[in-house]
Amino acid sequence: MNTPLLGIEELSVGFDTPEGKARAVDRVSFALERGETLGVVGESGCGKSVTALSILGLVPSPPGVIESGAIRFENSDLIGSPPEALRRIRGRDIAMIFQEPMTSLNPVLPIGRQVAEPLMVHRGLNRKEALDQAAQWLERVKIPDARRRMGDYPHHLSGGMRQRVMIAMAMVCRPKLLIADEPTTALDVTIQAQILALMVGLKQEMGMSLLLITHNLGVVAQMAARVVVMYAGQVVEEAVVSELFGRPFHPYTRGLLRSMPDPAGRPDGGSRRLSEIPGIVPAITEAIVGCKFAGRCPHAFGRCREQAPGLFDIAGGQRARCWLSRFPERRRTDA
Amino acid sequence: MRRFLRNKNFTLGFALSAAVVLMAVVSLVWTPYDGNRMNARERLQGPSWAHPLGTDQYGRDTLSRVMTGAVNSIIVGLVTVAIGLTIGVGLGLLAAYRGGMTDEAVMRLSDLLFGFPAVLTAILITSILGPSMVNAMLAIGIFYIPVFARLTRAVARVVWEREYITAARACGIGEWAITRRHVLPNILSPLLIQGTIQFAVAILAEAGLSYLGLGTQPPHASWGRMLNEAQTYMSANPWLAIFPGLAIAWAVLGFNLLGDGLRDTLDPRMVRMR
Repeated sequence: MNTPLLGIEELSVGFDTPEGKARAVDRVSFALERGETLGVVGESGCGKSVTALSILGLVPSPPGVIESGAIRFENSDLIGSPPEALRRIRGRDIAMIFQEPMTSLNPVLPIGRQVAEPLMVHRGLNRKEALDQAAQWLERVKIPDARRRMGDYPHHLSGGMRQRVMIAMAMVCRPKLLIADEPTTALDVTIQAQILALMVGLKQEMGMSLLLITHNLGVVAQMAARVVVMYAGQVVEEAVVSELFGRPFHPYTRGLLRSMPDPAGRPDGGSRRLSEIPGIVPAITEAIVGCKFAGRCPHAFGRCREQAPGLFDIAGGQRARCWLSRFPERRRTDA
Repeated sequence: MRRFLRNKNFTLGFALSAAVVLMAVVSLVWTPYDGNRMNARERLQGPSWAHPLGTDQYGRDTLSRVMTGAVNSIIVGLVTVAIGLTIGVGLGLLAAYRGGMTDEAVMRLSDLLFGFPAVLTAILITSILGPSMVNAMLAIGIFYIPVFARLTRAVARVVWEREYITAARACGIGEWAITRRHVLPNILSPLLIQGTIQFAVAILAEAGLSYLGLGTQPPHASWGRMLNEAQTYMSANPWLAIFPGLAIAWAVLGFNLLGDGLRDTLDPRMVRMR
């Protein structure tokens, strides 16, 4: 069997805060195959972004500490790698794009130079060659009149255009894995669709893998093959996208799906009221004995508050961190 | 540019400092008289058509000496700010990106230098090394190192927190390259502002040291030195002290206003805070 391109095993990341140790990521495991798109879904603060930053070794430290676990990328463990080796992987093998195109480009550097820089660092190109390739990439991400705009500064561009520049900057070295952290959250809906289409096109063309981090289930449905749902620093459900939307298991996943407008836009979709998940995410400094979702779960019973559930297999690769998998009779039908 | 000219501080400061610079440049190619040539027959004169600013006790033309003194002041300003900038900014950038012990070491060293009263220590340094213009510049420049180190560290740390730095790191760009190509260009405006203000301070400090006889040595013209020489003849010819004094006030005011004006236009947040 082929080893996956990226394998995260039991990763835990903690932050030292004035209120004590905060576990932002709690024994997270998932794998990403070559050429696959994996969606990571969850609310703000559930540990998605910290997981992504851990892969690149960019968790701010202090206060962040990778407490345990392994991140395997092409048979090497990134956590144990020396900083210089990690730096060489960043941008060349694994690239990342960020949520806020307004702040992720350096305001005082022309965009052409910013796109060219990874080429000079990783490919050893001289400035002229790098700028030439950067211009080609700007054309490829469909920046109109790209060659003339090489000298533009980020404030000359709209949000969507900046995100295209970010994508060009991430792609110039043809990475094997692209991590996209909420790539379309800050953009208008019409621009979102364009950016997603651009990413799909490039991904297929280059045969790279995509780790798509988002809180937008619609984006996941459209882009990903498999989905990992995170809650309070843990993976609570993992499934193929059709199963997750067709037969969601975890009460949190069900709550998420019910709190968004019907993605298929069925004729009767308008008659259903959107529901919310009652309560709030527990603070990550809070010590919780049982299931972290128990306090908000409509099905919670005694066991849930006493013992933390493991990530149980449901069927066909679907896994859920929920006691209902062992005690299905406890699921309340009215909730 | 129009943004700058709308600022009164900047416009006035720019005009005053430009006049000083212009005076210095002109003096390099032309002065009314040789500022060092003595003329026993025209000693201690008041302003006249022949000598617009009068003459000193040796009959040297004051206008010519004020003009060459401007060169002296500008050199002092440039050299001291250059010392402070190169070493201070280097240390500040290092402290900001290494953090931890390096940061502590740089900052405690700065505290140590700040602990000394600047003028007294400059006097001490020049009296140990011997009074000369070079040593005066050295003494002033040393005290500029912590000024720029602290400023650089503070603003560079803010820049390091920005998302575009994380984005640059995610592209595999090394920390030193990020410091050079991403952090430094983003902190140039506060450095420029501080540099202009320290330039004014240096002119004043050099005048002070020269007045005490620890800076520029005779016969070279320096505004502070001229004040010192004028002291003896104050009652006979007050003009002798007034003109170099005015020159010092003019230049210091000019560069200070220029610094304020730059700050107001380059960093609009500061204006709102005031």
